[in-house]
This record gives sequence, C-alpha cells and structure tokens, in this order.
Amino acid sequence: MSFPDPIAVFRTEAAELLEQIEAGLLDLNVNLGDKDQVDAVFRGLHTLKGSGAMFGFEALAAFTHHCETAFDRVRKGEVPATHALVTAVLEAKDHMRALVETPAGDHEAVSEVLLANLRHAVDGSGDQAASSVSAAPAKTLFKIRFSLPQNAMANGTNPLPLLDELRDLGTCRIVADRSGIPALDELVPTDLHVSWDVELLTDQPRSAIDDVFIFVMDDMELAVEEIAVAAQMPTVAAPAPVATAASVAAEPVASATSTAAAAPAAPAPGDAKAAKANENVRVPAEKLDELMDRVGELVIAQSRLSQLAGGSGDLTLRAVSEDVERLSGELRDTMMVLRMVPVTHLFSRFRRLVHDLANETGKRIELVTEGETTEVDKSVIERLADPLVHLVRNSCDHGLETPEDRLAAGKTEAGHIHLSARQQAGEVIITIKDDGRGINKERVRAKAESSGLIAANASLTDQELYQLIFQPGFSTASQVTNLSGRGVGMDVVKRTIDALRGTINVVSRPGEGSEISLAIPLTLAIIDGLLVRVGNGRYVIPLSAVEECLELSIEEDMRSRGRSFISLRDSLVPFLRLRDLFRTNTTPDPFQKVVVISTGSERVGLVVDQIIGDHQTVIKGMSKLHHDVATFSGATILGDGDVALILDVGHLVAEGQQQEAHLRAAG
Amino acid sequence: MSANILTVDDSASIRLTTRVALTNAGYQVTEAVDGVDGIAKLNAGQFDLVITDLNMPNMDGLTMIRELRKLPAHMGVPVIFLTTESDGEIKQQAKAAGATGWLTKPFDPESLVKIAKKVLGK
Repeated sequence: MSFPDPIAVFRTEAAELLEQIEAGLLDLNVNLGDKDQVDAVFRGLHTLKGSGAMFGFEALAAFTHHCETAFDRVRKGEVPATHALVTAVLEAKDHMRALVETPAGDHEAVSEVLLANLRHAVDGSGDQAASSVSAAPAKTLFKIRFSLPQNAMANGTNPLPLLDELRDLGTCRIVADRSGIPALDELVPTDLHVSWDVELLTDQPRSAIDDVFIFVMDDMELAVEEIAVAAQMPTVAAPAPVATAASVAAEPVASATSTAAAAPAAPAPGDAKAAKANENVRVPAEKLDELMDRVGELVIAQSRLSQLAGGSGDLTLRAVSEDVERLSGELRDTMMVLRMVPVTHLFSRFRRLVHDLANETGKRIELVTEGETTEVDKSVIERLADPLVHLVRNSCDHGLETPEDRLAAGKTEAGHIHLSARQQAGEVIITIKDDGRGINKERVRAKAESSGLIAANASLTDQELYQLIFQPGFSTASQVTNLSGRGVGMDVVKRTIDALRGTINVVSRPGEGSEISLAIPLTLAIIDGLLVRVGNGRYVIPLSAVEECLELSIEEDMRSRGRSFISLRDSLVPFLRLRDLFRTNTTPDPFQKVVVISTGSERVGLVVDQIIGDHQTVIKGMSKLHHDVATFSGATILGDGDVALILDVGHLVAEGQQQEAHLRAAG
Repeated sequence: MSANILTVDDSASIRLTTRVALTNAGYQVTEAVDGVDGIAKLNAGQFDLVITDLNMPNMDGLTMIRELRKLPAHMGVPVIFLTTESDGEIKQQAKAAGATGWLTKPFDPESLVKIAKKVLGK
C-alpha cells in the first residue's frame, strides 16, 4: 500500500473547493439574498484555509482568511452581499488558484491589491477596512442536541472532554438526557446511553461546534440549531437569557437582545446527516476505463463463443451461448450507464465564462442552461469542453450585439445565450442558441470567396454556406478581439466533433440570432454495428447510421453503370461501390446489396457483397500509422479473431455527395 | 499526574518528533516500532492514549487497533491514528477497527498536542 503525495491530494481537494466556491459565488450573484450560498462559499473558504495551513500553503491560508472573514460577516448579516463583493471574491478565488499551484511564487503585490478591493467591496471604503474586516464577530446562541454512538466509550471517546470543549467555546448550559439508560440487569457498562442538550452562547462559528465532534461526526446524532444572531452583543446582555431561562425558545432571546440584526435563522440541517444521505461511490476514472476494456474483451470472447455454438449441433452449448450473449449485452448496457455523467459539470463552467465575457465586451449577457441532467459518456464530455467554449465565445463575441445596438433593434438590453442538452435516439444534442444578429450570409460568402474556399458565384445551400465557418482559417470578424476572430477555433470545433463521430448543424435568422446544434453519439466505446462483406474483407457500418438495406438488381446495376445512382422511392441516391473503393479484385457476388446510410440530412448507398448481420462492435482505435485514413473510423475484433474495419459514415456520405456533384457538373 | 502515551511508528524520525512534542507538553511517552511491539508494550503497562501509524511492518496499525480492543486492560483507551489519506475510506476502516480519532500527516507538533489534549481532556 503506498500513500499518495499529500500535497497532490491537497491540490486536488483545493481545486474542487475552488470550483465549489466559484459556483456558489455565481449563484449568489444571481440571488444576493441566498443564505445557503453564502454559507456554502463560507464553508468552502474555511476548509481551504484550514487545509492550506496544514499542508504548508501559508500564503494561501493567510489570503483566504480575509475572504473567509468577509463572508463570515455576510453570513452574520453584518454586511450585505453585493455584486461588488462577489466580483472581488471571484477575483480573489482566481488568485487562490495561483497560490495553490505556485505557492513559492511572488504573489505579495497581487494579494495586496485584491485584498484592498475586497475591503472596499465589504465596507465601501478601503481605509477602515483592515480593522473592520477582522472585527470581533458577533455572538450566536446555538441549541445543540447530541448523542454519541453506543460503542463510543469502548472505542476511546470520552464524552466529558467533549463537553469541556463546548464549555471552552462560550457560555454553556448542559443538560443530560438519561432516559435511555436501561435497567441495571440490562446495562452494558461500556455502552453509552446518555444524550445531551446544550445551549451555547458563543462568538465562534457553527464550524467550531462541528470541530468538537470531528472524530465522531459520521456516527453520531448531532442537531445544531441557531436560535438567534445578535450583532455586536454587549457583554452584559449576553449571558443573561441563557443563565436564567429554563427553556430557551426563539422568541424570548430575540426580544431580550433588541440589537438582533438578523431574523431568527432557520434550523441548520445537520451536515453529517446530509452527507449520510448521499450514498454515491467515487471511483477513479481509469478504473472505469479498465472495466470498460474488460467488458469489451468479454463481448469479443462472447462473439467467438456464439460463432462456435452456432456451428455446433450441441443444443445445450447453444443455450449457454445465448445466455452469455444476453448477459454480456446487459453488462455492456450497465457499463455504459456507469460511464454516463450529467452535463451539469460541463455547463457550470460557462457561467463563469459568460460572466467574464460580458465584463470584457461591455455587453450584457444572460446565460440560460437547460437539460443539465442529460447524461453523456464521460470521455465525450471531456472532449466536448473545448469546442463548446469556442462556440459560446463566438456567440458572445460575434453573435450578440452591444446593449445600444440591441435597444436600437428593439430587443432587450441583455443578450441571451441558451445552452441546452437533450438525448435523442442514441445521440446527445447540445445546442448553443443566441438572440443576436445572426450569421451574415453575404459576409460569409464574400470571405469564403476571397480566401478561395469556394468559387465565385458557386451555388450553395444555406447549410453549406454556414458550414464554411468551420473551415480552417475562416473568420468574418472585421475586428480581431481578444476573444475570438482570429479564425482559430471554429475549425478545431469541427475537427473535434468529427472525431467524436458527431455532426454540426447551423440555423440562423438575420436579426434574430443563430443556433448551432452538435449531435454526438452517446458513447464512443461500444456500438451496435452492421457487419458486411466486401470481397474477402469484412467491415462494420454503425447501425445508427443505417437507414435501410436493399438488393442491387442486375438490371439496376447495368443501368446505373457510370452514373452510380439508384432510385429510392422517387429520389436518386448516389452510391459508392465499396468493391471499387477498396480494390478487392474479386468477382462480385451475383446479388449485391446496397446499405443506405445517412447523416441526418444526406444519404448515400454503399454497395457490398453480403450483409452478415448485427454485430456488437467494440471500437478499437486505429494505429498512428493509419490515423490519416479517413474512410475508417476504427477497427474491431470479430468472433473468429479476424479484424474488421469500421466505416466512417460522415466521410463516406461526403464522398458520395461529392461524386454526385462531379457527375452533375459533368452533365 | 501526567498522562502516559504510547506512540507506535516504524519511522524513527516521526517517533522522535512525536516524543519531543509530547514530552514538551508534559506527557510521558513510550515508543514502539510496529504493531507487534505495540501490543507487547501495551501488555507490559498502562496507557492513557495510543498514537499509531497505520502503515507498518510486522503488524499494521489496523490490526494492532483490533488486537488492542480485545485486551480487557485497555478497554476504552483512546487510539489516534496517523494517516496521509484525506478521503474517508481509511478513516472508516480505522474507526470500524476501534480507533477514536485521527491526525492527518504531515502534522505539526502543535496539532499533535492539541489532539492529545482533545482526547485526554483536562
């Protein structure tokens, strides 16, 4: 057993905490009165400070301390949560990241500036800040009820020091509840039967109470109720109600301390209980990948078994083989579900991005997200992040107008970016929609012509025209900004989506906005395929792309020679002879088949010698040597150990359409 | 009356730091080099607190804690274990074995003494 590097562990933890803090701040920015978020941010900062100090990140701890103090004051209602404060802490949070990553760097100057900003945001003036940020905290009355696990004493936890620790926090009134003590003959001397009610008046935060119980937190019953918050309570007034009141209810205390600044707080739910309710298991990603590989191998072994069983007359063997086939199919499906993660995490980062973009461009931008619970394969999510950043940036930068232009066009001052995800027939559709000016078709055309992407006056459909923006080196922005407009990015989007076997669809209405949809297969690892034979080789066509299979009659074959079209219910569909494409040099089967595949809008037929049937296809990547072969997207291992190549549908459809265009041009 | 503390760790440097910190805080310290040694020392004396590493040769910390809880003479003695793991799994395991609390490595002498005080009381 080896211990991981504690610093690395801390860094991972810190990164998670910073993310939580950021999410909390952004939520708070939307609703400044959200007390839960104030608490969440405070807790995050507190933990970060604490563990930072322990792992020797002193600069981080010292810096974070000030942010924590500021939020503590917000939490206690001493200062209001403001947009200025949120912005200041967001900036501070970025600095904390730097402090985590390069603790030895020279951060002094930046820290000073950020803290000055923070003080300014808290107090509205920088001068009095130092003193008031660290002003003496107010006192709070907590009502605490706890009982320790029955075996606590046997395991070395003595309740008396715990009570002493509570007494150290402030003024305490402790009552033991002895009703749980059984009759003498049933009493187990090492067991604990007493529970306690404590009223504690303290200037310490709630977390100090949790710290007392830190070792038994997960196993005990602990209810902490914040009865009233009294701001800067005079020392004489403080202990009085506690010392005298036989039972301290919310009302008497609130009235006794007329200086109460905040309304009685709602009972804080026990953190320990909340944590208990969450029964998720965290598994390192590579273990899931490993499991996926094993399932893949199992599927391959199973297809060998099916083949053997199919060839033997042994009925029992066949029955077993069918069972194994069904089970491995189910296992595969379960595995897929395990690898699915909601897009929430992916979407949440855009809130910060849009926030920053709005600040940089001086535009007002509202981000609306929808369908965050949509689940996608983990590896797909990871690879979608960059393309989405490009698209959102693009919408903010090119799509949305300045507030003045929007008002002039009769729109709301704030532009909207709508980010949504949904599942549809084996694909996840992610849509980025804005209500900006839309794509300027003339500018796209002019730009494409001038950069030689299309011939002058070429006739293009709108969709074809829009797809040009994904070409390398294409940018219509007349002014290059910091955000986009360097022509880098959109082609990267296209390449990434292609690599994910996805498609991009663009819709745009002038003056109303544009909408870019990405359709991505839900998973990358195992697909249902259609196994076909061309010459002596076998190939897999992704079943999701297959529309139908038909026979290529000899007459049709003769008739279409040289033209390569089949008529399919009144429409002409171009087809590709895979025998020719792959130069098989074999005699064709007398009855060739056409598999019609489509990418949604375009169709093409593939002529094959034989359709073998369904095949659960475990996708293996191509080697580096074959990386540039566009016709194939991967390979798989068949039941008999042979390798079959997987056809790249997008590429073949494009090829078919190109062939059609050539033939049309040739007349 | 100063409390007796048994520290169990295979690392001499950690034993030394622990001894210095605890002795300075006024505690009596006995050292053991692994779980087997720890149990032997426990059988030979009375302790108010045991501080043990988990990852040790011969007998690891978890096993030692389980053995210790079987000794009637040490019923209810607090056991603090040292861990570098910040996730809960190892803590749950150790607590299931009968540990009282933990201290995350690397620790400074101050937090060690603080934990000792916390568990032993005044």
